[in-house]
Amino acid sequence: MIVSVYHYMVLSAILFSLGTIGVLTRRNAIVVFMCIELMLNAVNLTFIALSSYLGNMDGQIFVFFIMTVAAAEAAVGLALMITFYRNRESIDVEDFSLLKL
Amino acid sequence: MYDNLWLIPFFPLLGFLINGLLGRKIKNEKVVGAIATLAVFASFVVSCMCFVRLLGDEVKTHENIIGSWISLGSLQVDWGFLLDPLSALMILNVTGLSTLIHLYSIGYMHGEDGYPRFFAYMNLFTFAMLMLVLGNNALVMFVGWEGVGLCSYLLIGYYYEKKSASDAGKKAFVVNRVGDFGFLLGLFLLFWSFGQNGVWTINFTEIAANAGALENGGIIVTLITLCFFLGATGKSAQIPLYTWLPDAMEGPTPVSALIHAATMVTAGVYMIARMNGLFAMSPDTMMVIAIVGAATAIFAATIGFAQNDIKRVLAYSTVSQLGFMFLAMGIGAFTAGIFHLLTHAFFKACLFLGSGSVIHGLHHAYHHAHLNHDPQDMRNMGGMRKKMPITFITFFLSTLAICGLPFFSAFFSKDEILWWAFASTRGHWLLWLVGTIAAGMTAFYMFRLVFMTFFGAQKTDPRAKDHIPESPFVMTFPLMVLAALATFGGLIGIPHVIGDLVGHIPNYLQQFLAPVFEHTQTFHGIEAHGAASAEFGTIGVSVGVGLVGIGLAWLFYCKYPEIPARFCARFTRLHRAVFNKWYVDELYDALIVNPTKRLGTGLWQIFDVCIVDGIVNGVARCIRGTGGLLRHTQTGFTHSYAMSMVVGVVVIIAICVFQ
Amino acid sequence: MEILQQLFFYVVALVAVISGLLVVTCRNPVNSAISLVMTFFCLAMFYVTLHAPFMAAIQIMVYAGAIMVLIVFVIMLLNLGSAVAVRYRHAVTGAVVASGLMLFQVLIMLKKGSVSVVRGPIDAAHVEAVGHTELIGQSLFTDFLLPFEIASILLLVAIVGAVVLAKREV
Repeated sequence: MIVSVYHYMVLSAILFSLGTIGVLTRRNAIVVFMCIELMLNAVNLTFIALSSYLGNMDGQIFVFFIMTVAAAEAAVGLALMITFYRNRESIDVEDFSLLKL
Repeated sequence: MYDNLWLIPFFPLLGFLINGLLGRKIKNEKVVGAIATLAVFASFVVSCMCFVRLLGDEVKTHENIIGSWISLGSLQVDWGFLLDPLSALMILNVTGLSTLIHLYSIGYMHGEDGYPRFFAYMNLFTFAMLMLVLGNNALVMFVGWEGVGLCSYLLIGYYYEKKSASDAGKKAFVVNRVGDFGFLLGLFLLFWSFGQNGVWTINFTEIAANAGALENGGIIVTLITLCFFLGATGKSAQIPLYTWLPDAMEGPTPVSALIHAATMVTAGVYMIARMNGLFAMSPDTMMVIAIVGAATAIFAATIGFAQNDIKRVLAYSTVSQLGFMFLAMGIGAFTAGIFHLLTHAFFKACLFLGSGSVIHGLHHAYHHAHLNHDPQDMRNMGGMRKKMPITFITFFLSTLAICGLPFFSAFFSKDEILWWAFASTRGHWLLWLVGTIAAGMTAFYMFRLVFMTFFGAQKTDPRAKDHIPESPFVMTFPLMVLAALATFGGLIGIPHVIGDLVGHIPNYLQQFLAPVFEHTQTFHGIEAHGAASAEFGTIGVSVGVGLVGIGLAWLFYCKYPEIPARFCARFTRLHRAVFNKWYVDELYDALIVNPTKRLGTGLWQIFDVCIVDGIVNGVARCIRGTGGLLRHTQTGFTHSYAMSMVVGVVVIIAICVFQ
Repeated sequence: MEILQQLFFYVVALVAVISGLLVVTCRNPVNSAISLVMTFFCLAMFYVTLHAPFMAAIQIMVYAGAIMVLIVFVIMLLNLGSAVAVRYRHAVTGAVVASGLMLFQVLIMLKKGSVSVVRGPIDAAHVEAVGHTELIGQSLFTDFLLPFEIASILLLVAIVGAVVLAKREV
């Protein structure tokens, strides 16, 4: 097989790093959230690639659960953002600063 | 019967628990009083049964062990009780008097706040006192020893809203602690020195059996007995630790009668009698005890001359009489000492209860007339014999007893002590002389008290004097019983010279106590020897001195009442010194109390504030500073937290990769 | 055939990386969202080539369908424009450096390490024969039954939480 598991893992690493950069640089909370989704998907790719390569279903079951959690997270996270926006007229992460000194 | 010895302290404990836990729920005073009195009475009945059984028994020492307490290597301490003639007499004395005084208290304490509390403490005291006299080893005795100290503190401070009462309680407790410290040191030393000889024990019978292992008259045994004697001076109010007892009169009068006259203060005497074998081994300690006893007897008597508070006079009289008992112990007259302990318990309890009856009546009268006078001040009394005939008769009989008039109880016991002081191998004629003078002084101040209180014109405020009632029957009944005992109680120990004269009446008490003391006395050759005529001589002298004292009191306070005032005016300084108790309290304050306070203040301000608080505050400040520095890393921005996570991931992967 | 496979992989991977970059860099969140959908589609294609058609299907349905619709919906609802969306320059530099370092390290690790060769019973032929959905289902309802049930409770809680949070008056 020419397209080996390594290819998928390198691709996954690249996508994960892109997601990280997004999380660290963007200020819009929704974009940050989407970058997190990107990171999660990068990990999912690793799981499925390895699952297929090793002939074991467990990795795909993991992905299944990750998707479940991501769906729950999306529901709650977006609800939080709506509430936050309602209170602050903004969803800038820099404004999430109630913990500041 | 002997297996049920534990019942004797158990009943008062039960009474304490009932009244202490449920007393507030029981609204009825009569029920509370009845429970407490019956509890003590039950143990009196058991004590009587034990006593009768012991009288007819050949074996005179019985132990009843109800359980193991401490088991350490070769040391075995049990919850054990010891019944021998000595403890049998003591339990009879304690439970009997306690019953009478509980009965009296039902009337005396009527209507007081904290009525159940009073009876709970009294029962607890009786329990502790019985543990003290019944314990078969020094540790159980020590439990009782501390227990009676605690109850004494609680009961002196019974009127705790009154500052003087709570102060007196604290004083009694602290002064007793000094003595208890001596007791403990003595106990440790005893345990250690016996252990050096391979006997790890604090059991009294084993101590007596193994006392020979110590060097006779050696430094060790002298130290041990001196430490124990220090404990005795604290508990029994001897020089130098007597100052708490007069202040202890702040407590209710039944407490003074039970604890500070009849039972607890004799614990020191009992303890020495219990370990007579050990004490007899050290003539030096015996001499110290005799001297301290004689000095206390005469010193306290002098203070008694100038006090106006009826209970304080009795308190100094108690200190003085306890001095007689210690004198007896010091010269090896153990039987006479215990004899005087018993007779003193009778007449002094009667005197205290009688004074309580007077105070009760006056308090009632003042209360009725809405006056705020001190009902204990003798200068406001006088002529009470017409108002309170029963109280007067019983009080008068007891006073005759304490003065040692012929055939009253103290006549036998005190003269026995004086005779031993004169003739014992460990006695000295000087001790006899001091004792005899003290006896004369006792007669003087006691009759001063009687004349000021019961005779002469009535000096009570006219608004109140028609309302003085005789006390109720629950109060006069114990008085009558005690007066009878004070009058006839001496007949159990008639000296041989008098017994032979009348027709071979034996000295029952001596026979009864012989198993406890005789061995010690024969082993150390302690005996009183002298001609019968000499003994009659000492008896005659002391009776004569007593009569002189009474006569002087009559002259001063009945015939020519202006003499004392003239006397005071003439010797102002002397009078003031005596009136102020020779300034002993002030001396102690200056020498011991205030330096200790200053030391405490110093330690507080230097050690506590600077070092202890400094360390604690320093640690807190250190942590606060560190936190203040670290706080700046918490920016509150989500991004910086995410960034630090990423950096952490980088570091972790780096560790994995470049390992 | 192998050339074709390789070509397919590289093309799709390139699209995925580019759309991932767009997610991070687009100023307008709507554009980011569309790019993210693109990435999800690419990943779904990989899942198909990795013999996991069921995962590909739910990737489309759950991610591209449900979650992204929700996100776009919220963006529209809040009417977010393309305001200054990037943080300060040194923060961006730091983030890029840290992420690049992480990527570099992972690549080194991949180069140095090797995947274990213990192979399980499921290969392409088996998946073909039994059916991927059935395999997943068997696994879920036997070995992973408890986590499955817990996941259902998690979803229930998330529904309740979302409703409570988004309500105007609690």
